[in-house]
Amino acid sequence: MIALQQVLVLGAILFCISVAGIFINRKNVLILLMCIELMLLSVNLNFIAFSHFLGNIHGQVFVFFILTVAAAESAIGLAILVVLFRNRGTINVTELDSMKG
Amino acid sequence: MALSAELYYLIPEIILLSGACLVLVLDAVLGKEQWSFTYTLTQLLLLATAGAILFVDPGQAVTVLGGNFILDPLGVLLKVSICLVALPVFFYGHDYNLEHGLHKGEYYILGLFAILGMLVMASAGTLLTVYLGLELLSLSLYAMVAMNRDSRMASEAAMKYFVLGALASGMLLYGISMLYGATGTLQLAGLANAIAGQTDNTLILTFGLIFVIVGIAFKLGAVPFHMWVPDVYEGAPTSVTLFISSVPKIAAFAMAMRVLVDGMQPLAGDWQGMLIILSVLSMIAGNVIAIAQTNIKRMFAYSTISHVGFLLLGIIAARPAGYAAAMFYVLVYSLMSMGGFAMVILLGRKGKEADLLEDFKGLSERSPWFAFVMLILMFSMAGVPPFLGFWAKWFVIMEVIRAGFPMLAGIAVFFSVIGAYYYIRIIKLMYFDKPLEMKAIKSSRQMRTVLSLNALSLLILGLWPPLLMALCLKAIGL
Repeated sequence: MIALQQVLVLGAILFCISVAGIFINRKNVLILLMCIELMLLSVNLNFIAFSHFLGNIHGQVFVFFILTVAAAESAIGLAILVVLFRNRGTINVTELDSMKG
Repeated sequence: MALSAELYYLIPEIILLSGACLVLVLDAVLGKEQWSFTYTLTQLLLLATAGAILFVDPGQAVTVLGGNFILDPLGVLLKVSICLVALPVFFYGHDYNLEHGLHKGEYYILGLFAILGMLVMASAGTLLTVYLGLELLSLSLYAMVAMNRDSRMASEAAMKYFVLGALASGMLLYGISMLYGATGTLQLAGLANAIAGQTDNTLILTFGLIFVIVGIAFKLGAVPFHMWVPDVYEGAPTSVTLFISSVPKIAAFAMAMRVLVDGMQPLAGDWQGMLIILSVLSMIAGNVIAIAQTNIKRMFAYSTISHVGFLLLGIIAARPAGYAAAMFYVLVYSLMSMGGFAMVILLGRKGKEADLLEDFKGLSERSPWFAFVMLILMFSMAGVPPFLGFWAKWFVIMEVIRAGFPMLAGIAVFFSVIGAYYYIRIIKLMYFDKPLEMKAIKSSRQMRTVLSLNALSLLILGLWPPLLMALCLKAIGL
């Protein structure tokens, strides 16, 4: 039997990987989008674990909403990515620096 | 309550949603030459929504749809002000879009959906509704920033906004999952009860609270989660910056009230400390970095950050009178910020944005009246009596002192004095410097009237501040 703590630790590890991915990644905006997805999925894992161990269905309902919103979010993200690539010809993160101060 | 009786309280949202879908279809069918029609319909829809909110106002707190939706005096006031503030915002934005060739219905449609998200957020009764409203708002704003598809700056700003905003949503969700795990409920009222009733899960609750605060701070744009604010303000078209800087701030305040006050009042001791750090850092960084800016949109961005610091002071007081002061602040702020960006729009022309500080040089020779309008706006932002901005600062600082944080009040006063420097510098540029060009300001009569009324309202309401304050106190229930 898997304990709640083990699932939570897995969720926390996935969350940390995704945050680290957002901050360390210097190459590609696509990887940022993947990290954001991973982050939402780690939260889903948390919700499902809590929902299961509390015997409360609300957490699982929340997960469905998060999945839907995540789909909309990546649609917007990819659309912005396309616009960005059309304007600049690159999706390199380090070149996103025309505004400073 | 029967479902139809429950849906009665959602009439404003239903009107706005169906209206926004209708505008979307009509805009697509009628084509480009009809686009002013989209604008007119948008304004009518906002008026209808504001009217509907007042019409269904129950005068007390009503909870419907299994606790997901709350309509209380706080929600009613915030929702009505969101709709009413959006009216002039769309008016100014329309003027800008006409002048700068952004003939797109998207601005209004995305704006309407963003407003729907804000209304949902202001009426949220569970953490789920908070999240859904927030995402509807944020996703619309990301797309709005990228609206000018051929602008390199706008697409870069949109990407930064999107990545940081999504990160913030992720943090908020992680915090929500922890709160859910510790209490077993998503209802804000249930959350407050569960927190008050238990002592063993405090660690996990505090852990969740930290992540939730990070999410809220990102949306408000408080330091150290402010990185997106200057880039988005500068990169986005001015009509979009105008929108982002005014209306969503009211919604972010509503979110803070719902989550922190409705949901986690028993943890006030914990979130007070975190908000104090955010508030002090925001006042310091906002006011100091703004001095170094040469771009006025960027300067307003840092000014926003410092205003958020002041706004947080009212919430830090953690008492109903403090919340009323914070609400007063956010309403006044949205009026001022709207006027400031409207001045930038007024001075701009086709193909030329007036977004540098030097564009304001010698404005008093070009147009004495609009130099005076800008003077009112700047004095109000700086907090010079008798303008409304002074009273906003006065009320939050008084509340912070009453709540027992005199040091914090001292810091606030000190940094508002520093902040006065860059506002008054603009007044100096307008009145004592030679203009770069002597061209007369070209703008429609309506634009002049609305902008003048906007600025004069800061003066007139400032002469009698209890008027607006009474509304805020009533909404909080004092």
